[in-house]
Amino acid sequence: MTSPTLVERKSLHGAGAVGSSVARVDAIPKISGTAEFVGDLSLAGMLHGKVLRSNVAHARIREIDTGSAEQMPGVVAVLTGRDLMDIDPYFGHAIRDRPIVAIDVVRFVGEPIVAVAAETEAQAEAALLAITVEYEDLPVVASLDAALAHDAALVHDGPTRSGFAHGLGELPERDGNICYRYGFERGDIAEQASLASIVIDQEYDFPAVYQYAMETHAVIAHHDGDEINLWANCQHPFLVRAEIATLFGLPVDKVRIVVPFLGGGFGSKSYTKMEPITVALARKAGRPVKVVNRVDESMVTTRRHNMKCRMRTLATKEGELLGRSVEIWLDTGAYADNGPRVTATAADAASGPYRWPSVEVQAHCVYTNTGPAGSYRAFGATHLQWIGESQIDEVARLAGIDRLEFRRRNLLRPGEEVRPGGRPLDADLVGDVEKVAAAIGWGREHITDRGLGISVGLLAAGAHPVSSASVRMDADGGVVVLVASTEMGQGTRTVMAQIAAEVLGMDPGGVAVHGADTRFTPYDRSTGASRSTTVAGKAVERAAREVMDTLIETAATFLDVSDLDELSASDGRIWCGETSIGYAELIAKRFGFVGGELRGYGEVKPHGGGGSYAEGPVFWEVCVAGAEIELDRDTGMIRVLQTSSVADVGRAINPQLIERQDEGGALQGIGNALFEEMLYTDDGVLLNDTLLDYRIPATEDVPEKMTCIIVENEDGPGPFGAKGCGEGVLAALPAAIVNALADAGVPMTELPLTPERVWRQMQEIECQE
Amino acid sequence: MVRMNTIVNGVRIDREIDANISLLDFLRDELGLVGTNRSCDVQVCGSCTVLVDGLPVSSCTFLANEADGAQVETIEGIRDTEFYRRAEAAFVSHAAVQCGFCTPGFVMTLKAMADDGVGAEEAQLRRSLSGNLCRCTGYRSILDAAAEIVSDR
Repeated sequence: MTSPTLVERKSLHGAGAVGSSVARVDAIPKISGTAEFVGDLSLAGMLHGKVLRSNVAHARIREIDTGSAEQMPGVVAVLTGRDLMDIDPYFGHAIRDRPIVAIDVVRFVGEPIVAVAAETEAQAEAALLAITVEYEDLPVVASLDAALAHDAALVHDGPTRSGFAHGLGELPERDGNICYRYGFERGDIAEQASLASIVIDQEYDFPAVYQYAMETHAVIAHHDGDEINLWANCQHPFLVRAEIATLFGLPVDKVRIVVPFLGGGFGSKSYTKMEPITVALARKAGRPVKVVNRVDESMVTTRRHNMKCRMRTLATKEGELLGRSVEIWLDTGAYADNGPRVTATAADAASGPYRWPSVEVQAHCVYTNTGPAGSYRAFGATHLQWIGESQIDEVARLAGIDRLEFRRRNLLRPGEEVRPGGRPLDADLVGDVEKVAAAIGWGREHITDRGLGISVGLLAAGAHPVSSASVRMDADGGVVVLVASTEMGQGTRTVMAQIAAEVLGMDPGGVAVHGADTRFTPYDRSTGASRSTTVAGKAVERAAREVMDTLIETAATFLDVSDLDELSASDGRIWCGETSIGYAELIAKRFGFVGGELRGYGEVKPHGGGGSYAEGPVFWEVCVAGAEIELDRDTGMIRVLQTSSVADVGRAINPQLIERQDEGGALQGIGNALFEEMLYTDDGVLLNDTLLDYRIPATEDVPEKMTCIIVENEDGPGPFGAKGCGEGVLAALPAAIVNALADAGVPMTELPLTPERVWRQMQEIECQE
Repeated sequence: MVRMNTIVNGVRIDREIDANISLLDFLRDELGLVGTNRSCDVQVCGSCTVLVDGLPVSSCTFLANEADGAQVETIEGIRDTEFYRRAEAAFVSHAAVQCGFCTPGFVMTLKAMADDGVGAEEAQLRRSLSGNLCRCTGYRSILDAAAEIVSDR
């Protein structure tokens, strides 16, 4: 038996892994181009798939002729709806409304009708050109107005089939083109209205927006009869696994999904997207098939909901808030995708974090003949915050109260109810908004053609809190964290390594974190809704604690210590006073010879109840930002001079990653506010389906000054008091920009704030004056 | 088919290729150099930036055939250079990489900028990098890393 090794102790208080801006564990592979994305992978015998998509928005399919395509060189399989007669081919986690390929009817321009697998991509492309589809036109409803009209054509005419993973209770019956409704009320709004002397009542428009993850949707599928293997750039591998298993009639353990690095997600790769069509094509071909979307295909795979909203805010002339009523119509396109959840989250964000004697919110999710809309970073909150906050500014202005002071008086305080039955407020909003206001120079003298704006909101975050993780310590003391959180740029692998390292008293560099492989990685519901650090991170913390318990217990035996409190961990060793023993040595002691490993498992599940949406959220993500803009009165052009935002994270696991999240979110906020907009014709054709016509922010759009303030009140439900971040700024910044523009004299009710739109509004204001 | 004779990352390539194949497809599919990424396909995003005779080009809209007789450099070919070590260190310390899909393209553009002696003034950096899009970082960290990379030589 060897005696304990004597080494100098470097840190006395754990590893200090949490709270320090350690370098990203994936930085070097990504910079050097060795990080693998799905598109970089290939399998032996792999074919390439291409998809023929509808060029009309609504039609009955009379005939599909694939005869000549099947004879083309290199073509191995041609898939149509006829190949899916042996399965129930409809999917959709919220509403099971979407066929793998169009069956009898097409409902949007870009809907997959036929898929071809060939030896090369060029051969598959060529075969698409040889396919003819005969359509019988049906009436098109390509906008909310058209879909909600009294005698509107129906996008879907069957009953609503509930999906397996929406968490919204029993779905209401479809009502015309309205596929989902969510609302709530409290207080008596009619009574409060009779007391109001300030009434702000407006209609608002929010555009469809493309997430533009730079890596498009990509899938490799192999269906060998009784097992399906997938390599997919999906955010929620376990939900995709469940959906694929159901579609193809297999137990979940016969479906394996491997997720490498994602080239951006932002919600565009949440839930199931191109996986079913790729699996169906591989099933028919009997060989592995790879499908990689072009950008124009990903633009019709998912997008952000455009929205119409009518909001009314009631107040006394002294500025006392009396009530707010909100009606929301979200355009979810031809298939629901995540529309019902977006609708519920939008309704949650509608009232804003204020004390209301009365509130009434009704939100509707509407089918139209356009590309399906789903998740995009800060959904719901981005839709509503600029509207609610512009009305708050207007009330403050009419009541003659400074806008910051108005918020100080009326914002909810920690512990107060946000919505009936849900989690009470868990953040210091007043403190947060004061910080962003100070950062942009609040209270300074007015400067001509410039405006200052602030905004405050909340985003229901965390999704369904079910995650598990395991932590393995190998015989050499190295650690592997098995957690299914998808690394899509946010830095989750780095954060998970830090959490495990903190618990295990070691350097994060000694902790490896890989992507999800559903065959081996414990279940994690999803990567989105700012949940990974908070929910999956908690599971990692618990798993690491199990390993630590085993280390302590083993050390106690070896060091002959009966009071475990005498033992502590740091620098990869267990210490008792000045004596210590390294982890590798402990493992060798425990197993008596070479080899062996320690395992820990951790899980997170809802506290009581069913963890339903109504009881949530897991936490309220704070959406607080400030902006200063400059308006060119000749052109209507806006320049964002500076921005500020708060990341109210409870505890900052990695401050640098948090700042980077907020900077990225801020630029997306500038794009959403100023120029991003998907444009459709009345026939449902997307006009700007390339990056030539759909502009996203570039280097020249970066504000001169961006301030990200990290607030750590250790009030989060995650590891070490942490809670998620990264989405809030995208909801908050457009609102701050809208308010800054109103401060410069141009209130707006329609986004994006293109020069033309702003200029027209300026002319209108001038005419009225 | 056309005959193509080029030097990619210092290695002579002499083969028959389709006349209409893009340089991006040639690099990724025929040579397996997958560090160069495809995104927009219309010469806007810069993910597919490589150097042809030292000049940055969007390989998605550049025919492979046009590189006949030229020297092509991709991210795989510069990893051993002093420039790359400097770039990598700056990207790491500024956390100027998130999903990483655009990053090799930025590094290649920066290589051309560094070779060309582009200055570290913010306005100049913004202009020179305006052909590379990034959806994750918001650019601030990339601009800061870029300033360090081009000035530190």
